[in-house]
Amino acid sequence: MSKGRFGVHGGQYIPETLMSALIELEEAYTACKNDQAFQSELATLFNQYAGRPSSLYFAEKMTRDLGGAKIYLKREDLNHTGSHKINNVLGQTLLAKKMGKTRIIAETGAGQHGVATATAAAFFGMECEIFMGREDTERQALNVYRMRLLGAKVHAVSSGTATLKDAVSETMREWSKRITDTHYVLGSAMGPHPFPTIVRDFQAVISQEIKAQCLEKEGKLPSAVVACLGGGSNAIGAFYHFIDNPEVRLIGCEAAGRGIHTPETAATIATGRLGIYHGMKSYFCQDAYGQIAPVYSISA
Amino acid sequence: MSRVSDIFREKKAFIPFITCGDPDLETTEKLVFAMEEAGADLIELGIPFSDPTAEGPTIEKASMRALANGVTTDKIFEMVGRIRQRSSIPLAFMTYANVIFSYGTEKFAAKAAGCGIDAIILPDVPFEEKEEFAPVFGVVGIDFISLIAPTSAERIGNIAQEASGFIYCVSSLGVTGVRSEITTDIGSIVAAIRKSSSLPVAIGFGISTPEQAKQMALLADGVIVGSAIVRLCETHGRECVPHVAAYVSAMKQALA
Repeated sequence: MSKGRFGVHGGQYIPETLMSALIELEEAYTACKNDQAFQSELATLFNQYAGRPSSLYFAEKMTRDLGGAKIYLKREDLNHTGSHKINNVLGQTLLAKKMGKTRIIAETGAGQHGVATATAAAFFGMECEIFMGREDTERQALNVYRMRLLGAKVHAVSSGTATLKDAVSETMREWSKRITDTHYVLGSAMGPHPFPTIVRDFQAVISQEIKAQCLEKEGKLPSAVVACLGGGSNAIGAFYHFIDNPEVRLIGCEAAGRGIHTPETAATIATGRLGIYHGMKSYFCQDAYGQIAPVYSISA
Repeated sequence: MSRVSDIFREKKAFIPFITCGDPDLETTEKLVFAMEEAGADLIELGIPFSDPTAEGPTIEKASMRALANGVTTDKIFEMVGRIRQRSSIPLAFMTYANVIFSYGTEKFAAKAAGCGIDAIILPDVPFEEKEEFAPVFGVVGIDFISLIAPTSAERIGNIAQEASGFIYCVSSLGVTGVRSEITTDIGSIVAAIRKSSSLPVAIGFGISTPEQAKQMALLADGVIVGSAIVRLCETHGRECVPHVAAYVSAMKQALA
């Protein structure tokens, strides 16, 4: 019965009002995934608009300084809008367009996902609203300015702790108010099924490129792939095509904040426990009674 | 038929919701007795959750106030135990999946049954995920309440067939909260439910006035009101009991 499981993780813990939207999304995504025309349209967007493939850059000085492995940087920062977020956003917005949606909404933390979404909305001529924690709108004011410049409406969320988790909650609430014409472009490898699968698939282009580029430059696969780990979208993107290569170590680094022995941390895998939140079963920082604890971050 | 289904027998039921611990558990306890006396047929007790995604601002803020006051699941169990010594009114818990999962679903169900809870409502557990919860509550005699929304369409049959206690019909899109107008074609949703289930249907989300309650009761077997009552608790704090009692009494009269 329950769908979208990754071991015990995943699922669809979401109000009944949103279930029809998730089912519609899953059906549309399954169709597009196997549709050559959709995939080639997306590939063109990646290459012509986002600037893919992003380079795999040999970091000579870092290699020398660290004195161990040869270090390459996968330059997702060189994509249009400055991050890997554009991969998933172009995929989901194209999908939403095919579904006949005219309006997209999204949460954002530091603002990279919001900027990418506002950009895609402008590109596709769609209405766009971004939800961002009030605190984040203040410390990332430049990104708010960029989103507004691109024509998006930015909502400063002051409910709860006024940060990313509350922005996600508020976007879900907004989606449940207006489903017919609206798609929620979720930016992280999280939320109810089918979002984690969709985000993974659209971000998997990162590891696909790394694999080819590394073989070309080094004639072999990397010994390890290291990715920073927050919502998990860039990590699963960088890891995905190496999962069946057990000789490649996949290392995710969580933000310790002020330390994993303090409450001011964002290391949910190291310090959290299994719970149900934002539509999925996963690890969360929470108290003994299951109340979700705010994660600590200097960026968002 | 359970104790919960029974409340709809030969009358339209009025089901008020309050958030436990807003403003404090002592007041919550008083509210239960006052609402029972004012004519409530079943009372929904909200166990606050830090991130209630199905709630509008009124109930969300009430949850935050209750948590800030140090309310916990165990303290709520103790309070329900005290209520049960003096009252037999049917009681339902309304909370979110993580509150129960984190406590341990079996342990939670056993404690809830032990202190006399009759039903459980989990707005973030749809039909697809209910197997993890519904049977655990079923074995201890607690009705797992199913929700049907304006978007449920062809899902209605499956949900209604497996429902217990009563069916919670969500009146509108969006989250909980007072609405001046309810535009959903609830009549046809209820008709679709009736085809698959003989359980009573109660309508919730957005209802606040006696006129709305009367109108909704023509379409279904009962009416659920949350935000309008929680707003009285917010406005009057510890002095809210007579205000809530008067409100419940007026709503109940509208359904008579």
